[in-house]
Amino acid sequence: MTSVNKTSRGRFGPYGGQFVPETLMAPLRELEQAYSAARADPDFISELDHLLTTYVGRPTPLSCAARLSAHLGGARIYLKREDLAHSGAHKINNTLGQALLARRMGKRRIIAETGAGQHGVATATACALLGLECVIYMGSVDMERQRPNVARMRLLGAEVRAVHNGSCTLKDAINEAIRDWVTNVQDTYYLLGSALGPHPYPTIVRDFQCVIGRETRAQIIAAEGRLPDMLIACVGGGSNAIGMFHPFIEDRAVQMIGVEAGGESITSGRHAARFADPQRGRVGVLHGTLSFVLQTSDGQIMQTHSISAGLDYPAVGPEHALLRDLGRVEYTYATDEEALAAFHLLARLEGILPALESAHAVAEAIKRAPLLGREALIVVNLSGRGDKDLDTVMQRSALSHAGYS
Amino acid sequence: MGLNRVAAVFRNGHTAFMPYVMLGFPDPLVCRRVIEQLADSGADLFELGMPFSDPLADGPVIQAAAQRALENGITLADCIAMVAEMRAHGFSTPAVLMSYVNPILAYGLERFAADSVAAGVDGFIVPDLPPEEAGDLEAICQQYGLALAYLLAPNSPPERIALVATHAQGFIYLVSVTGVTGARDALPPTLPEFVARVRAATDKPLALGFGIKSGEQARAVRHLVDGVIVGSALVELAGRSVEQMTYLAREIHFALHTPEMLG
Repeated sequence: MTSVNKTSRGRFGPYGGQFVPETLMAPLRELEQAYSAARADPDFISELDHLLTTYVGRPTPLSCAARLSAHLGGARIYLKREDLAHSGAHKINNTLGQALLARRMGKRRIIAETGAGQHGVATATACALLGLECVIYMGSVDMERQRPNVARMRLLGAEVRAVHNGSCTLKDAINEAIRDWVTNVQDTYYLLGSALGPHPYPTIVRDFQCVIGRETRAQIIAAEGRLPDMLIACVGGGSNAIGMFHPFIEDRAVQMIGVEAGGESITSGRHAARFADPQRGRVGVLHGTLSFVLQTSDGQIMQTHSISAGLDYPAVGPEHALLRDLGRVEYTYATDEEALAAFHLLARLEGILPALESAHAVAEAIKRAPLLGREALIVVNLSGRGDKDLDTVMQRSALSHAGYS
Repeated sequence: MGLNRVAAVFRNGHTAFMPYVMLGFPDPLVCRRVIEQLADSGADLFELGMPFSDPLADGPVIQAAAQRALENGITLADCIAMVAEMRAHGFSTPAVLMSYVNPILAYGLERFAADSVAAGVDGFIVPDLPPEEAGDLEAICQQYGLALAYLLAPNSPPERIALVATHAQGFIYLVSVTGVTGARDALPPTLPEFVARVRAATDKPLALGFGIKSGEQARAVRHLVDGVIVGSALVELAGRSVEQMTYLAREIHFALHTPEMLG
């Protein structure tokens, strides 16, 4: 691998950094300083905690998936119910934290990108709650496949701007959000939705999402008297996964598995699995951070494919790249078909319609549980609910006759 | 060659005309004519853009040009080969390559520098590679005698101005406004103050870009800076009519090079 300077700010091993236009360097420094001050301010922490409890509904439950576990005939599976957080996904943990930070910095205009629309909805929600102006960039392809979320954002008072460039998905929405930020940097806060982008975003987003792992730890100990054997989470940018994994990193006995979007298949190239495809997934820079990026041999960023808009992104958060190098987290993938099958199985056996993103994690649990003994414990991060995906699921199920009748 | 040739551009007594060209746009053949016409119009230093799929510092005109160039199948290797071929046919104007960092990483930093030197390239501008991240490329450029320009923006604080002033080789690229590339009707009134802040920190040449689209605007800033970069306005015309682009290039060159009483 050709190296670049590894001594700059915000590195996770060799990954991370600040590969951004000069205009953003000062604002990123300002953000870093404001965030450090906020983290050390008990009033900031208690205001966020209060909102997480009284508004988001935290702690979210840890549900024992008894019928799914019995059906698979192996490990006992628990579901961390981020789908029950207000606005329907884990995204709200981060958007409330960052919106409070923006208000503290005196920025009244919030911009954000969204893929599946969950981060956009969570941003619009936080902005409505705190009285901030909100502009959401969303790829036109994603707007089509996640229409309910577009309506939600608009009802919450956000302006949704369609992005028609490139693949018209998440990466292009981030490009546009960054262009907006570069232009309106004085009064605008860029509320990035995943653990990616330039430093300090990967750290900020991780910190706000770690509430998932901290709660899970306390809840599984209360339920089972011990730590789980395995954690499973889907990885797009990787915010729900890093939030679940990070509080367990020192617990060496806890195995962690990140699940990328395998799309149609790895060999087809129509996927979003940065780690699973060594031919296309190589170390590079996208959106200000050095990490694994799906790219051509010529260094052009590839268009990705996933049935779930939230995983449809060519780069992965830099801390995941480090955790992979260290062997602390194992990364694998689930295909579109596997995620759909998991969606149906969870619906029928547990009465839960998972987000298609989260269904990728469920799909991995379906593979793993039968291989483990009945005393083993798996926690799956059910990062979001599937209402937004009903159109996609109904269309695909009708086409493939993949019903569980 | 290299850094020395870039430095010489700013020592010849007038404000340098620095046109930006997207290599491979609108197609490789027309692109060659574009470069020839700009050279004939008095270009002092070329910025030769290499297309990238996700040009997040660029406005709509250069985004579209990059996309078109990529659709034409232009690779980074093709870009370097185009320069080599033109150099072999007498193209002698100093030229720096402008690329986002990812294609350079994919190509390999050292190989990129070596091949660029062999082709007759004089330096690089990498808009998403601030000095903090550029250590390795900086060392390689020094080894090969290449210029490496960094950017400064109106919101760059004093410590960043000092950092860039220390690290930039060849010239410093001043971004006239906080924003993406693209023609603008008016330059910000705070521009002289911004340029003065940078001048106070360095004696390296200063080139001004982002937003300049006419001879009138070029004339208004010629005494402030050592070079004027014109990108989107020329690229847009290059896609429509090489003749019209040439006309604009001559107008800007005239505005920059002609003594005050005539201009």
